[in-house]
Amino acid sequence: MFDFNILTITTFLPLVGALMIAPITMDGDVSKRNVRNVALITTVATFFFSLIIWYNFDNSQSGFQMVEKSEWIPGFMSYHMGVDGISMLFVILTTFLMPFCILASWESVDTRVKEYMIAFLLLETFMIGVFCALDMVLFYIFFEAGLIPMYLIIGIWGGKRRVYASYKFFLYTLLGSVLMLLAMMAMYWEAGTTDIPSLLAYSFPPEMQTWLWLAFFASFAVKMPMWPVHTWLPDAHVEAPTAGSVVLAAILLKMGGYGFLRFSLPMFPLASADFAPFVFTLSIIAIIYTSLVALMQEDIKKLIAYSSVAHMGYVTLGIFTANIYGIQGGIYQMLSHGLVSGALFLCVGVIYDRMHTREIAAYGGLVNRMPKYAVVFLIFTMANVGLPGTSGFVGEFLVLLGAFKVNTWLAFFATTGVILSAAYALWLYRRVVFGSLEKESLKSILDLSGREKLIIFPLVILVIFFGVYPSPVFDVTEASVQALINNYQAALEAAGQGSTAAAH
Amino acid sequence: MLSAIDLPNLAMAAPEIWLALGSMALLMVGVFSGRNATTLVTGLSLALLVIAGISVYQIEDNGYALQSAFIMDPFARFMKILALIGSALTIAMSINYMRREQFEKFEYPILVLLSTTGMMLMISSASMLTLYLGLELQSLALYVCAAINRDSTKASEAGLKYFVLGALSSGMLLYGITLVYGYTGHTTFVGIAEALSGSDRSVGLIFGLAFILAGIAFKISAVPFHMWTPDVYEGAPTPITAFFAAAPKVAAMALMVRVTMGAFEPVTHDWQQIIVFISIASMMLGAFAAIGQTNIKRLMAYSSIGHMGYALVGLAAGTQAGINGVIMYMTIYMVMTLGTFALIIGMRKKDGMVEDIDDLKGLATRHPMLAVLMTLLMFSLAGIPPLAGFFAKYFVFVAAIEANLFALAVIGVLSSVVGAYYYIRIIKMIWFDETANTEKYVPMATELKLVLGVSVLFISLFYIFAGPVFDRTSAAAASFF
Repeated sequence: MFDFNILTITTFLPLVGALMIAPITMDGDVSKRNVRNVALITTVATFFFSLIIWYNFDNSQSGFQMVEKSEWIPGFMSYHMGVDGISMLFVILTTFLMPFCILASWESVDTRVKEYMIAFLLLETFMIGVFCALDMVLFYIFFEAGLIPMYLIIGIWGGKRRVYASYKFFLYTLLGSVLMLLAMMAMYWEAGTTDIPSLLAYSFPPEMQTWLWLAFFASFAVKMPMWPVHTWLPDAHVEAPTAGSVVLAAILLKMGGYGFLRFSLPMFPLASADFAPFVFTLSIIAIIYTSLVALMQEDIKKLIAYSSVAHMGYVTLGIFTANIYGIQGGIYQMLSHGLVSGALFLCVGVIYDRMHTREIAAYGGLVNRMPKYAVVFLIFTMANVGLPGTSGFVGEFLVLLGAFKVNTWLAFFATTGVILSAAYALWLYRRVVFGSLEKESLKSILDLSGREKLIIFPLVILVIFFGVYPSPVFDVTEASVQALINNYQAALEAAGQGSTAAAH
Repeated sequence: MLSAIDLPNLAMAAPEIWLALGSMALLMVGVFSGRNATTLVTGLSLALLVIAGISVYQIEDNGYALQSAFIMDPFARFMKILALIGSALTIAMSINYMRREQFEKFEYPILVLLSTTGMMLMISSASMLTLYLGLELQSLALYVCAAINRDSTKASEAGLKYFVLGALSSGMLLYGITLVYGYTGHTTFVGIAEALSGSDRSVGLIFGLAFILAGIAFKISAVPFHMWTPDVYEGAPTPITAFFAAAPKVAAMALMVRVTMGAFEPVTHDWQQIIVFISIASMMLGAFAAIGQTNIKRLMAYSSIGHMGYALVGLAAGTQAGINGVIMYMTIYMVMTLGTFALIIGMRKKDGMVEDIDDLKGLATRHPMLAVLMTLLMFSLAGIPPLAGFFAKYFVFVAAIEANLFALAVIGVLSSVVGAYYYIRIIKMIWFDETANTEKYVPMATELKLVLGVSVLFISLFYIFAGPVFDRTSAAAASFF
């Protein structure tokens, strides 16, 4: 039905919006409003284009769809785009959340509005590109290019320690990525191509897989972020403006998980199997340790940041169980966390815009003046905890199921994280929302405005919808995930046979 | 002996002949045309460079001339065009500067022309003698350029320092050449390569090789022969610094490629170690030493030292992909450098040039456009995709990986992360820092805007024409294989 380059259009539409904003001269409120409107219209239009992708998507196929390919630098890199069940929903997640990010910055960002919107639109292009790219170099370009706008977003519109946070974010991520780049080059010389579908079909020699796996792990573990390389995240989250935190938590972190699913697991199955216990250990430490750290936080955003690290621990755990429950659960957890953490940061943004503080101690008893806010915040808190009926439950449950199949103790330790997450999330909720309204400064605080309702209510609906009816997601991902697991098992078996044959 | 001068072959050196004759003629024009000499000579110099460029294109034959002392191949053609563009743009960038700083000297464009002639010879050299003559012609003109602003003590100091150290490096180069001649009996690259491939190499020859490489490393300011660079960059007038950083680096790198891939190809393993060492040393020094700089020109000096290190990564690989990487790197490096220097030359307040990095604080409020351009240039220099600087690094590292130089590649990318720190520090100053400084720069000259604009367009749209550029660079790299 739609026979045009839908992926290219979706990817580069935000860039077109950015180019339209660029020539607007900034004088007064009218031009600010124009800039905001253009950005909003662009992101909404991008979302509708991305829905066409979903509409055209064939759930029964496990391969890449809507593929576009053209020559770029012959022999070295090509422009190759396409989506499969694993990547498609991340594209939708990205395009879906961006209009909310723009709306969330509607009033809170009042300086350099033009640059801000351009940065966000560029970031959107790069993020969609990461999920659509089917060429390793193209993937890397999108993956790294996102650093530029994010560095500027944290640094220009961030909080007090923004310079430190932006440096840390930039250098940490770059350090991980450059090693991945070298690994990609080694893969190129080994397999003779940078084309992802061809690389998926190629089997790398076992010793090489180990090194390649480690190099990719350096990048994705930082991006994810996994303990102990997570320390950039709390800083970046706390200092970034609300919309920046939303993008960071909801989408940028997912690039790490997506990378594991796209590269580490299918391309280096032997190394993945070898390193799985290592990843499990790190994931369990992340789940338990960062949950405990979250308990001690004084700053709301920092608490949510640590909770993100813990939740990403479930994702890595699920992915490396390499069974259908674990991987499906990992993907679901990523999508759900995208909605929930994004929503939580938006909720923090709501009260931050009013009080200009993120100290937990500065709040208390908000339920008295902000009943609607209390309700939505409660729903997202529960989703964060993983209460049945919210989207958070489905992912965590499947991951635990997958972990249980691998090792009982693994599931046991992972489950303690669920309890701990209930502890910190509910305690946070109690300290911020419940209690009596004693603080003088809070006496005149207002409930959600129309714009804020517009941002938050759709997320509430989706969090509950995907909590009770997860099939739309699983239908999309199932074929691809199944194919991934089959290939993974086949590779392990082939290697096992090879070694037994050699032993005889 | 007349028959020894093969006249048709001389046509291969047409660009050099044009430039040499033209610059001498322009010297006369300058002397006799009185007050407007500078404008006239500058314009004519630019025209001459264009003519030389066209004649480079018109030479269709590949091969040797002048008893195998001069070579014309796709590599020479590409690098010559690059050097000519670099020289032409630096002459153009200095027009307004010279007028404002009130040291209009018509000799300046002519010195650039003479130096360019030297560069062309270097790029085409196929014999130790051509190499030495070209290098000296280029260097002598550069020494004078560095000290051309006689009233400035800094410039005089820079010129003198450059001259003394340059003379030392020339001495080393000559010593190396004599050793190589002594052990192989040849001065032409073809002859040396033949002599080397037949027999076992001797220690004396390796000494000669090391000295020759040291001499050339001085010209590309690679560590440990970099000491002159920061001082000369800082002391020389800014457009001349821009010149130092662009075309001569291209030519010297081309020479390095010629010597290693031409003359010493049979002993690749020996020079590879040396190149790997100076490459690592340059990358690391460039990354770490730049962090503490407060003067933008000194910072660019360390930056260029680092960039030469990256370009050498490609050469260390010694493969076709590696040479392609070097060519690609030098092309992109030159464009980025010229763009950055156009911006630095544009940093001028009512009371003179500004060279302090701190003055960039708050640039985003004072000059939003300049801030955006500088940001793109810095990200590109740091090698962040999708800007051109990334592709430059990609192609050299991909070659290093192919040649199994893993340690070199890992150290290289890690130092590029360290290097990224000081580039993003400049971006931090431009965008993040608040400052009371509201004094604007005087409007930029048109030619600077043009160079800056074209450079930024090139680096930010490089991915669009990466294919065609790659075709040309790989054709040029194929000359050696």
